[in-house]
Amino acid sequence: MADRFPSSMGLLARQVGYQNRLFRRTAISAFFTLAFPLIFLLLFGAIFDDIDVAPGQAVAAAQFYAPGLAVFTAVSATYTNIGITTAIYRDEGILMRIRSTPLPRWVYMGGIVGSAVAIAVVGSLVMLAVGFGLYGLEMQADRIPAAVVTFVVGVASFSLLGLALAAIAPSGQSAPALAQATILPVAFISNVFVVLPDPARWLDIAGDVFPVKPFVEAFYAAFDPFRTGSAWEPVLLVRIAAWGLFGAIVAVRRFRWEPSTGTGSGGGRGRRSRR
Amino acid sequence: MEPEAAKPTGRVADVPAVAVSNLTRSYGDVLAVEDLSFTVEPGEVFALLGPNGAGKSTTLEILEGHRRRDGGSVEVLGRDPADGDREFRDRIGIVLQEVGIERELTVREVLEHYGACYTRRLPVDDVLDLVGLDGLGDRRTHRMSGGQKRRIDLATGLIGDPDLLFLDEPTTGFDPSARRQAWEMVDGLRSLGKTILLTSHYMDEVEALADRILVIVGGRVVATGTPDELRGGADRDTLIRVRFPAEASGTLDGLLSALVGRASVRNGMLEVRTPAPTADLHHLTTWAVERSLELDGLEVNRPTLEDVYLDLIGHGGDSDDLEAGGPAGG
Repeated sequence: MADRFPSSMGLLARQVGYQNRLFRRTAISAFFTLAFPLIFLLLFGAIFDDIDVAPGQAVAAAQFYAPGLAVFTAVSATYTNIGITTAIYRDEGILMRIRSTPLPRWVYMGGIVGSAVAIAVVGSLVMLAVGFGLYGLEMQADRIPAAVVTFVVGVASFSLLGLALAAIAPSGQSAPALAQATILPVAFISNVFVVLPDPARWLDIAGDVFPVKPFVEAFYAAFDPFRTGSAWEPVLLVRIAAWGLFGAIVAVRRFRWEPSTGTGSGGGRGRRSRR
Repeated sequence: MEPEAAKPTGRVADVPAVAVSNLTRSYGDVLAVEDLSFTVEPGEVFALLGPNGAGKSTTLEILEGHRRRDGGSVEVLGRDPADGDREFRDRIGIVLQEVGIERELTVREVLEHYGACYTRRLPVDDVLDLVGLDGLGDRRTHRMSGGQKRRIDLATGLIGDPDLLFLDEPTTGFDPSARRQAWEMVDGLRSLGKTILLTSHYMDEVEALADRILVIVGGRVVATGTPDELRGGADRDTLIRVRFPAEASGTLDGLLSALVGRASVRNGMLEVRTPAPTADLHHLTTWAVERSLELDGLEVNRPTLEDVYLDLIGHGGDSDDLEAGGPAGG
């Protein structure tokens, strides 16, 4: 019968494919999301090449920084990527065009999140593969389920935070600055780039307030060479998920489809100023 | 998940495509639309004409379901757009002003992507032909010119085979030849039997395209009818124009009270709109001859629709009505 809408799952799959295609064809976002963290990995690999991080034990330095960088990749692919591109698309009026079609809004949102999660999976797997292949990263097979569940909770929560970021960003132009200004300082106090051996107490607490550190710690648990027993960190997962819930509430309450400059205008400006 | 069935929304011939009565909307203290009523019949090309800020876009957004109204009733394709659900958006096409297009995609990818959301869709190649983009389907949208992008806008509005198409100022910012081409496109849509509701602030545009016109100023209807009907009364008048005789303006009173028609000054020209051109020309020339004045730039014309429109919206703001007994100086 002609007068039937396509199935929601079919539409969702199409939306994910569409977002993936947009991502692939935007070289700059592919670079910042995927290549940028990888460059950190290569740099750390070179810097820590000759350093014996655990005297007397056969533990590679990558064991400490590769999981954190994999998490950083996942956060870039979800929070940063979603926040910036969605705000730019809103400014360009593309969200207005989408709103005019019969596409259910949740399917559009689902496409954004699904694509970001796929990019996060690819980016993190590449990161870990380079770690395994080049830098002696190791992982016990029985800890894989804990790592996967942690990853799923993390990317889901940071996707929702990305939608929240897009919702509160005043414009597409300010979204990149807002994204970097929020994520980079937090990453530094969340053991992403460096593990602070003896952090000041306020830095420790500040790191614990935000969701990046629980994500890094819960994910690192699956790689921790000194840990015995289970790699599950349910309390950390709840803390990450709580932030995801917060992101969802902000996104639902504040999300706008119209450009910040008013109905139907501002398209030309945003288009030229993509990141 | 099972495909979701769309409720039938097929239009019935004797139900208007759009029925608006006593529509009201204000922003704070500013009344954007006041007590607006009109209907659009199926298959009709209907134009909302008015200057910037007349309330055209607000009205259109209410009809599209993108803006709430304060009062009045609105039915679009037999539904209240305020409930603007998926079935409703399936049956309408919207071409907004200055809405972006995914620059990373080709024209064909854009149309296939948007087309996939609808219950029915026109073949992509047919739509490309219709909007004059045949042969350009595989080009990335960011390599298209402004006029070509506007055609993509129109194409995305048409891809879902809508019963009703909204065109918001389809040619604003176009050069004359691009406007001419856009008109031809809209004229081509008429042959598909689409109902079209467009907004414009160009009289010549709506004269070329619309079956019926609603002129609104300050959110209120000032005139409605076919282009011929709008010309109607004013068309029976003759327009006499002459450069304003400033040096003799002190003696104009007697002349103005003798005239049958209505006098005004626009752009330094004295204009007399009159149903009795013979008598009024006689008054004017007699007055001039008695004072040994030359009537510079004397013209006698029938007013164009543009003149009618400028008259309706208040002369574009740079004109003064002259009352006998109190002429506006200089």
